[in-house]
Amino acid sequence: MSGALSFHFDVDGENFTMAGQASVQVKKNLRRLGLPPEVIRRVSIAMYEGEINMVIHAGGGHAEVVVAEDAIEIVLQDNGPGIANIEQAMQAGFSTAPDAIRSLGFGAGMGLPNMKRYTDEMDIQSEVGRGTRITMRVLLEN
Amino acid sequence: MKICTIQELLNARVIVGEERLGDHVYSACGSDMMSDVLAYVKDQAVLLTGLVNPQVIRTAVMMDMHCIVFVRSKEPTPEMIQLAEESGMVLLATDKRMYEACGLLYSNGLVGNKVRETSA
Ligand SMILES: Nc1ncnc2c1ncn2[C@@H]1O[C@H](COP(=O)(O)OP(=O)(O)OP(=O)(O)O)[C@@H](O)[C@H]1O
Ligand SMILES: [Mg+2]
Repeated sequence: MSGALSFHFDVDGENFTMAGQASVQVKKNLRRLGLPPEVIRRVSIAMYEGEINMVIHAGGGHAEVVVAEDAIEIVLQDNGPGIANIEQAMQAGFSTAPDAIRSLGFGAGMGLPNMKRYTDEMDIQSEVGRGTRITMRVLLEN
Repeated sequence: MKICTIQELLNARVIVGEERLGDHVYSACGSDMMSDVLAYVKDQAVLLTGLVNPQVIRTAVMMDMHCIVFVRSKEPTPEMIQLAEESGMVLLATDKRMYEACGLLYSNGLVGNKVRETSA
């Protein structure tokens, strides 16, 4: 991982207005690095879904993006309620979001499956009452 | 279709992005659910929506869209306008409702996906 570049963000869970701003910043940074547009798009959509999840389901958290030679890695970590049944949460359409979240345009139960679809590797570690850590990787072909 | 044609068809007001009205876009989508936009939209460059919050702008940025049309006379906030400006996103606002706005654009050749256009 020598020469790897990393970006770190605190994701505020109190303020929905800010939700997604870390992903916008990452997209700008990746563009500046001149990465392929399709890679940037996959990373940004996956991170955005995860960032919004941390705000609406977990009260905020931390995001880290590492740009290495062979891949871009996104790590999202929160101290929220955790996910009791990961398999169920991964199903398209499964959501515990209340109506208030739906009126903000989210809560269709599409985020986690979308993160999986847009990344090459995705790992979810979660413990009820402790929090969730999601690691995603988008591989770079040279 | 040029963005200025969208503006004319919908009798829309340009909120930001006057200098990009000459840009060409080839497909559009309409939704108030950003979850669905993120999950189902592929290469649509225009988003029509009745939802007003900063995530509308951020979602469109993530999807590499070029233009957002707010229907039903919805007004974006100053914060949203600034976000759009920073990202080079065109913002339009129309009095028309979602159904009519989408119908007008579709019937004038702005399709839901590019396939129809390229195979025509
Ligand atoms: N970081 C998290 N902490 C706790 N629970 C989570 C977290 N992320 C997801 N979940 C749980 O998994 C469910 C499915 O998540 P997913 O992102 O697929 O859908 P959603 O966020 O409910 O809706 P959408 O993403 O379509 O807006 C959520 O409703 C929630 O119960
Ligand atoms: Mg989600």
